[in-house]
Amino acid sequence: MYALKDLPKEELFCSGHRLCAGCAHPISVRMITKVLRGPTIMVSTTGCLEVSSSIYPHTAWKVPWAHVAFENGAAVASGIEAAFKAFRRRKVTDKRVDIIAICGDGGTYDIGIQAISGALERGHDFVYICHDNEAYMNTGIQRSGATPKGAATTTSPAGKEIPGKPEWKKDFIGICIAHGIEYAATATPAYWGDYLMKVRKAIEVDGPAVINVLTPCPLGWRYESKDTIKIARLAVLTRYFPIYEYEKGKYKLNIKVPKPLPVEEFLKIQGRFRHLFKPEFKKDLEEVKLYVEENWNRILKLCGET
Amino acid sequence: MSKIIGLSGNEAAAYAAKQSKVDVVAAYPITPQTIIVERFSEYVANGEVETEFICVESEHSAMSACIGASLAGARVFTATCSQGLALMHEMLYIASGLRLPIVMDVANRALSAPINIHCDHSDMMGSRDCGWIQVFCENVQEVYDWTIQAFKLSEDLDVLLPTAVNFDGFTITHAMEDVNVLEDSDVEEFLSIRKTKYKLDPDEPMTFGALTLPDYYFEVKRQQEEAMKKAYEKYVNVVKQYEALSGRAYNYLHEFMLEDAEAAIICLGSTAGLVRQVAKKLRNKGRRVGVLKPWLFRPFPSKELLKALENVKSLAVLDRSLSFGAPFGPLCSDVITTLFSEEKTIPVFNVIYGLGGREITPKEVEDIFNLALKAAKTGKVEEKVKFVGVRE
Ligand SMILES: Cc1ncc(C[n+]2csc(CCOP(=O)(O)OP(=O)(O)O)c2C)c(N)n1
Repeated sequence: MYALKDLPKEELFCSGHRLCAGCAHPISVRMITKVLRGPTIMVSTTGCLEVSSSIYPHTAWKVPWAHVAFENGAAVASGIEAAFKAFRRRKVTDKRVDIIAICGDGGTYDIGIQAISGALERGHDFVYICHDNEAYMNTGIQRSGATPKGAATTTSPAGKEIPGKPEWKKDFIGICIAHGIEYAATATPAYWGDYLMKVRKAIEVDGPAVINVLTPCPLGWRYESKDTIKIARLAVLTRYFPIYEYEKGKYKLNIKVPKPLPVEEFLKIQGRFRHLFKPEFKKDLEEVKLYVEENWNRILKLCGET
Repeated sequence: MSKIIGLSGNEAAAYAAKQSKVDVVAAYPITPQTIIVERFSEYVANGEVETEFICVESEHSAMSACIGASLAGARVFTATCSQGLALMHEMLYIASGLRLPIVMDVANRALSAPINIHCDHSDMMGSRDCGWIQVFCENVQEVYDWTIQAFKLSEDLDVLLPTAVNFDGFTITHAMEDVNVLEDSDVEEFLSIRKTKYKLDPDEPMTFGALTLPDYYFEVKRQQEEAMKKAYEKYVNVVKQYEALSGRAYNYLHEFMLEDAEAAIICLGSTAGLVRQVAKKLRNKGRRVGVLKPWLFRPFPSKELLKALENVKSLAVLDRSLSFGAPFGPLCSDVITTLFSEEKTIPVFNVIYGLGGREITPKEVEDIFNLALKAAKTGKVEEKVKFVGVRE
């Protein structure tokens, strides 16, 4: 567990970046940079974080950082990791460098899944952190494989017939775990102690480790900038986003929610779900609620909490 | 010191990469390049190299991993062709835009559809404008020599551009030849270790791959073009230094019997051997013909080309790829542009040949020379673009 006063004061992700007010990306990045183990190299894929933090000739990154493209964060990280392995073998350097990829859900769940699968299967020693804001925000709020059912996006709009995205969210963590990796977890910046602990754990793992962190987006989710952390917390307290970890074959529920708030508490303060409260889409709202319950029970079971 | 060993084109590529002491190889198999990856895996399995070999899940990731490793300061090698090169396409621009001296051997192969595993140059021509230095090899010896020289040229701090070393699928990849190879220590001395000012280094944090808007993007691209010019200048030093080491002399172009030639053929890669053989035969019959083979295709050796063709009165340019809907094939377009830019107006015609591995015969080459000789006399060409060896 971390105490606030023990965290380094130094900011490795500086102010002056151009992310939106209330965006969870910089909050998450600042948290990550507080628990680094030593020399670190970071990688990002194309997306909000990248375009807003590296506008030449400025940069918000005080750690070595590279962006290559949208779909290859894991592959680029693989190459960097391999380079340092080769350097150590040749005794060019004896440095151990931690490699962290911070990528959006589009670059992760969709277009990047092949590169991630390849990197996990090969067992590269790196941490993959997915900033899951549940849509492609950089291109203007389009659906991704991480978008939940019922959310309105510009490519899954809420129309007269179809109330937002018809499909469920992909189980990205499940996909990663199925690769036989040692460590995977979900997190949100609302539970910062839990998140920091997980980032550091993931870094300590000798091999690939994955964290899917829920990063609310005021623009895409349509809520007020000041509510980011509140919404991130509601996601957990309504059991919409279970916070758990998987370590060497064992699941653990990190945030227990014995008395959940109604799912509506999470849904109703966001514009992207507004249509679900129309009478004609009552069935869909019920489906979402049922899904949240079933998913929670699934995770409880995995965590041996039932 | 050197020795002669029997190697196929693919084995020569792997052997050269091994001697170049690459730090990272990330590659994915594709016919007819696969053997490069296999041979290199054997070196790794036998502990003959210190290289980190990443057996990636696709060519897109192969180039992505190469980019990551090169950003970290590593010497990086990969190989591919055809569909694999096409899958890398997006990454090729990023490798050159980030100024990474990656070396990639391309065992040229036709592109789908229809699927075909045999040679033509459509794959690399499809990536013609991606900002890579491109050389074309004629035989196995050249594959070996160019793979080593490519690192020298790419890693020059004034250049910092990736290089594609092209050689014809099956014709060169699978042909076994006697190859003069250098001592490991000679290659080590020729290349030394990769030096770089800019890399992913926790001691000196830098940002790579930044977003560059209309206020800077153009300047970056202009610098890339300047780097191509530098590559053009530095090229001479590289081949001269390599000649001192190996005794094998390379240049921008290989010239054959051009001084007094009336008609000439220009072509890339393995076809040049056959064309020279036919030219020799025609010379014996008193026909004044010559052959020009560019080694360097990007940057395009315009100045040297003009000089080599000073006395030539007509020209046939052989293209082993199509640029659909364009006036000419890619090589011919460059040649005509070059001639026109210096107001050199001689009859030129384009021959499209050999797509998907179709052989070109000595008789066909002879016919092309005869057409060129006729054009030299009349000053006219009847058919600007001629398809040779295809059933109409
Ligand atoms: C091959 C390719 N296709 C499409 C794009 C356009 N594009 C850039 S960022 C992006 C979406 C990013 O979404 P996500 O990964 O979820 O990150 P976010 O911006 O939401 O943080 C897309 C579609 C691209 N850069 N490359």
